[in-house]
Amino acid sequence: MTSLPLQPTSDLRGEVVALFARRRRFSFLIPALILAYLIYIAVAFDFAGIAGRARMDNAATLLSDFWSYKTHVTRDARSGSVSVAIEGEAKGLYPRDKWPAWVKETDGITHIDLGRGSLVTYEGDRATFTIPGSGDVVIERTPQGVTFTAPPGFPKERISASDAKVTVTGPQGRVSVSRAKTETFRYAPGWELFFFTIDSPFYGKGPLEVAALAVSGERIDPGQANIALMASEFWNNRMWHHRDVAGALFETILMAFLGTATGAIIALPLAFLAASNLTPSRSVRFGVRRVFDFVRGVDALIWTIVLARAFGPGPLTGALAILITEVGSFGKQFSEALENIDGKQVEGIRSTGANAAQRMRFGVIPQLIPVLLSQVLYSFESNTRSATVIGAIVGGGIGLLLTQAIITQKDWEDVAYYILLIILMVMAMDSLSGWLRKRLIKGGH
Amino acid sequence: MTEIVLDPAPSDRPPPRLEGEYLRLVQQRRLYSFALLAIFLLLLVSGFIAADARNAGGFWDGLDHLGDFPAEVLSEAWANRARIPGLLIAFLPSLVETVNIAAVSTLLGAIAAVLLALLSTRGLARWPRLTTVFRRSMDAFRALPEVVIALVLIYILGGGPVPAMIAIAFHTAGALGKLFSEVAENADLKPVEGLTSVGATWGQKMWLGVIPQVAPDWLSYALQRFEINIRASAILGFVGSGGIGYDLKVAMQWGQGKYDQVVAIFLLLFVTIVIVDQISSHYRNLLVKGRAQ
Repeated sequence: MTSLPLQPTSDLRGEVVALFARRRRFSFLIPALILAYLIYIAVAFDFAGIAGRARMDNAATLLSDFWSYKTHVTRDARSGSVSVAIEGEAKGLYPRDKWPAWVKETDGITHIDLGRGSLVTYEGDRATFTIPGSGDVVIERTPQGVTFTAPPGFPKERISASDAKVTVTGPQGRVSVSRAKTETFRYAPGWELFFFTIDSPFYGKGPLEVAALAVSGERIDPGQANIALMASEFWNNRMWHHRDVAGALFETILMAFLGTATGAIIALPLAFLAASNLTPSRSVRFGVRRVFDFVRGVDALIWTIVLARAFGPGPLTGALAILITEVGSFGKQFSEALENIDGKQVEGIRSTGANAAQRMRFGVIPQLIPVLLSQVLYSFESNTRSATVIGAIVGGGIGLLLTQAIITQKDWEDVAYYILLIILMVMAMDSLSGWLRKRLIKGGH
Repeated sequence: MTEIVLDPAPSDRPPPRLEGEYLRLVQQRRLYSFALLAIFLLLLVSGFIAADARNAGGFWDGLDHLGDFPAEVLSEAWANRARIPGLLIAFLPSLVETVNIAAVSTLLGAIAAVLLALLSTRGLARWPRLTTVFRRSMDAFRALPEVVIALVLIYILGGGPVPAMIAIAFHTAGALGKLFSEVAENADLKPVEGLTSVGATWGQKMWLGVIPQVAPDWLSYALQRFEINIRASAILGFVGSGGIGYDLKVAMQWGQGKYDQVVAIFLLLFVTIVIVDQISSHYRNLLVKGRAQ
């Protein structure tokens, strides 16, 4: 190295420096272009406006419904009667004699203990919210509207008030008074009624008690064993609809399975026709390939819409939509796999005097099966995800339940539940397809 | 095994127990394959029966009416064919929005995927103990269907293209991250060692030692993802909001009288998808073959 002649080096040096300068310009240009594009997007998509319109309170509701439930204590302004119900739903209504211990009614005054010193009392049209350390907020319904008085120094962000409605949020719960009703929301961790609704004989029992009842203990319903009653109470839970949700999950997986499997079965013979090393006829190849391109180009969305018109809403429509899209993509993938097979094995089989069908069976198929199976299983997993979206369009499966729950903007605990189920379903399908891939492909060799 | 099967004179040998054993094994394997196939077909057929029973309209009934809707749409659009060129131009901004959603989510997702992939690849990770954490988070991103994130974000952020963009970017980060890290696992570590020996930082090692090796494969995967994301962005528009999918939903809800719009949107979507597929597969071929030379 030290013995290099000096003269050419300066030349080389100039070249290298120029190359570096060019590359440096290039490597600055690309990030600059990306940045410019992102700025254009930020303007075009109105990022600034989004920040203003964002409803973080909705996000908070959704997040809290992931881990907690709320109980409504409602006093109807017209009749003056008080009811206690989980999530404020008729299905979660406590009978009067089974009210939880933290709410009591004596002499027409309702006392609600929100815990940690937070208390609420209803007295006619007046509600008093006692927050430890802050004092009492009194909200009153008058013929002119809803008014409130807060102690001095009470944090303003805890109160949202208008003539029609006043809401005060405390650390343990929320009180809201409107012209029609006075309501207190008490939050507690968990999903109450997830297993048994209030009218069930198993409601309110701890897991050990329930287990003991299941194994031994007197029959609650003389007609059937406790464990059978338990299963049916759980399965027919009117609050969480476990039967319907399980049916929807089944529909989604069914759509993915039928679409993927049938799509592969239809695509396989077509792929033979599209492979250049197996189909000598140029025009057949061209025709089949254009069919694949057309099917893929029209896109799942449009196929779904067209099919939904013909077959009506339901899982079959979703399965057919996945099937058609998969014929296009499987056809392309399979024909590429066919073109990449090793010709030597086919030649070897040919040398034994095998005919065309035998050459396919013993020369082509054994090479093809592992590639093919692995592609099909990959697609099965991704189609479980597609089936969720397609279900939302064709009206079937868990996708439909999710969109409905979001549109009603009420049952956020259902939304949280469905999201969890969808993630679990996709992960389960992911591991199932991975496990099958390992078993079928490695086991075959 | 050919020796056993083709042996012309087995008579002067002890009885070929091996042959019997072999045939028995073959038979057993055939039986297993046949049983598997039968179970599979049974599942398939009963699945179709179950799906048909749960569907609002029956299969055979629907098959008769399969052509009705396209025929209705096309005949109305044909009657108003003079309006279609104008509609194509009118829907162009929505199409641009759909393509933009796909492009920006691919871009953001790919950037996140690069980081996630490098951080979760053995031998390259900045914090080797955390590779599992990054890998699991990629799995979670991948498992979340786009529609779930999009619908939740629409509720929080309101309509428009941003929820779809974020939703697709999330999924892209997970999906590309996995592919990227598979490529990075096969990267040659010698350049990294060389850079380590001159005291390069982790960022410099990755940028100068790893990225140049894997860039062609990564770009090829990112292009393929862009194809997928265009479709996803159209579908999310239909289910949620933003882009040409939303216009399609509005036109479809209107029904008769707007079918010329439906056809214009179908045409725009079809042409876009075909063009993007062609361009992307051309460049992907170039990237992969350019590397082989």
